[in-house]
Amino acid sequence: MIRATVNRRFPPGEESAGFQLQTEFEAAAGVTALYGPSGSGKTLTLDAIAGFIAPDSGRILLDDRILFDAEARVNLPPQQRACGYVFQNYALFPHMTLRQNLAFAAHQLPRLERHRRIAELLDRFKLTELAGRRPRELSGGQKQRGSLARALIARPKILLLDEPAQGLDAALRADLDSLVLEMKKSLGVPILLVTHDLEECFALADNVLICHAGKIVRRGTPLELLRNPGTAEVARLLGDFNLYDAEVLSLDPGRQTSRVRILGHEFEGPHLRGCFKGDRVTLCARPEELRIAHQPGGNRMRVHLNRALERPQSIRADFGNELVVDVPRSAWSQDKDGLWIEIPADCLRQLTARAIS
Amino acid sequence: MDWFPLWLSLEVAAIATFISLVLGIWLAWLLNNKNFIGKEFLDALTALPLALPPTVLGYFLLVSIGRTSGIGRAWESITGSPLVFTWKAAVIASTLHAIPLLVKSSRAALESVDHACERAGRSLGAPEWRIFWKVSLPLARRPIAAAAVLAFARSLGDFGATLMIAGDIPGRTQTAAIAIFDAVESGDTMVARTLVIVISLVTAGIVLLANRLERRHRA
Repeated sequence: MIRATVNRRFPPGEESAGFQLQTEFEAAAGVTALYGPSGSGKTLTLDAIAGFIAPDSGRILLDDRILFDAEARVNLPPQQRACGYVFQNYALFPHMTLRQNLAFAAHQLPRLERHRRIAELLDRFKLTELAGRRPRELSGGQKQRGSLARALIARPKILLLDEPAQGLDAALRADLDSLVLEMKKSLGVPILLVTHDLEECFALADNVLICHAGKIVRRGTPLELLRNPGTAEVARLLGDFNLYDAEVLSLDPGRQTSRVRILGHEFEGPHLRGCFKGDRVTLCARPEELRIAHQPGGNRMRVHLNRALERPQSIRADFGNELVVDVPRSAWSQDKDGLWIEIPADCLRQLTARAIS
Repeated sequence: MDWFPLWLSLEVAAIATFISLVLGIWLAWLLNNKNFIGKEFLDALTALPLALPPTVLGYFLLVSIGRTSGIGRAWESITGSPLVFTWKAAVIASTLHAIPLLVKSSRAALESVDHACERAGRSLGAPEWRIFWKVSLPLARRPIAAAAVLAFARSLGDFGATLMIAGDIPGRTQTAAIAIFDAVESGDTMVARTLVIVISLVTAGIVLLANRLERRHRA
C-alpha cells in the first residue's frame, strides 16, 4: 500500500512555464494507472515516490515505512526506497550485457542467491538466450522485458512503470499487457502505471487516477470513469465524449426523469440533481451509446451526415454540433438521407463545472 | 644527437597526464554533484591555468613550492632534496597546465551521461560511488580519454611554466620544448629541426587519436 501527498512548485524557467504538482492518493496492491496528457505531472509523481525529486511539502508512506515526510524532515535516498522503476527509455546500462545489467541490480543479494535470482528472472522474462547481448543488440520489446526483469531483481515494494507501452507495436503491447497482468497476480505490490492510453487503463488498471495540470482531478475504476466522468474537464481528458449544453425544461423526481432542450430539440433525460426548471446544464454521452435510426421517434432528432470515418471495429459518423456516433459496421447503411439520431435518456450524464475528486 | 629531452618530455607528460586525469575526474565529479561553500571559487581556480600566462603560473609555483615556501621546506625535510629545478617540478607545472582541460571535458562528459541510467542505478540500490565507477565513468570514458590525450599533448609542449620552475638543466630538467629553444638560440639547427619534426609527428598522432575517440563516442 502506498499513500502519497506530494506538493512541489517548479518556478518558471527560461524555457519552461512554472508548474505546481499537488497530488494526493493511495494505492493498494494491483495496478493503479496515472492517466493524463503530457505535462500533467504523472512522471513527476513517480519521481517523487522514487526519491528523484524532493517535494516542498507532503508525506509518502510505503506500507508502514516513511519514505518522505517534510514535517519530520525524513527524505530517504532513492537507494533505500525499494522502488522498482521502469523508465520510459528503459535506461538499461548500454555498456553492460543484459546479464551484467541484472547483476548490477543483484549486488545486495547474497552471492549464492544472486545467480539463482538472475537465472530465474532471465527465464521468467524469456531472456536467457539474450543474456550475453548488449542493449543496442536488443529489440524494443526485449529491452522492455530486460528493464522489467532488472527492476524486479531486488524484490521492490512498489513497481513504477513510466509509459511502458510507448513506441511498441500492437503485438508487443499485447505481450506487455499480459506481463503486467501476470506481475499484478504474482508480486502482490502496488504497480503505478503512467499512461495516456485509455485502452491500456481498461486492459490493466484496477483504478485510474486522472491527472491534469499537476493535480488528480478524478479517480475510480476505468468503467466508473467512463460511465460517469463527473466534470466536462474529465470528459474531455478521457476523450470521445459528446458534450451538450442543455436547458432544463421540466423535472419529474417521482419518475426520476427530466425534459431537456439540446440543440433546439426536446429530449427526455435522466434525473438532474440540484437543478431547477430553466437552469442550463452540461450533459455528455459516449459516441457508442447513441443510435442512428431511419425514421422519427422518441428522443430522436433529424440530422445530416458531415462525414463518416472508418475505425477498426465501427464507423464513426460525425453530424457536427458534438453529434458523433460510433455505429457497428454491420448496422451501418450507405443511405445518407433520412437519418435520425437517438439519444437514449439513460446515456445522458450530468456534468458539473467544478472538479469532483 | 641527444634524445634525453624527448624521453624526459614523454615521461613528464605521461606522469602529469595520469595525475591530472585522477585529479581532474575527481574535481569534475565534485563540481558536478556537490554543493559546497567556495564551489564557484574552485570552479574558477581550476580554469585559471588555462587563462594565465605560463610565466605567471610559473612564478606562482615558484613562490608556493620554492625552497623557502612551506611546501618546499616540508618536501625537503622529508626527501632530503629540493623540489624546484627537478623533473618533479616539471611534472607539477605540466599537471597544472593539463588540469583545466580535463576538468572541463570531464564535467561535460559526465553531464552528458543519460541521467535515467544514473537514476536507474540509484533506484536499484547502488551507492553513489558504485554508480560513478560502474555507470557514469564507463559511459563517459571516450570523451574523457580524448581529453586526456589532448592533455598529454599539452604537457608535452609546456614551456614557460616548466622553464621557470624546473629550469633548463641539460640531462636533468631540459625537456624537448626547452631543448628546441636552446638549440635555436645557439644556432644548432640540426638538433632543433629533428626535435621539431619528432614533436610535431607525435602531437599530430595524438590529435588524430583524440579526434577518433570523440567520433566513436558520438557514433
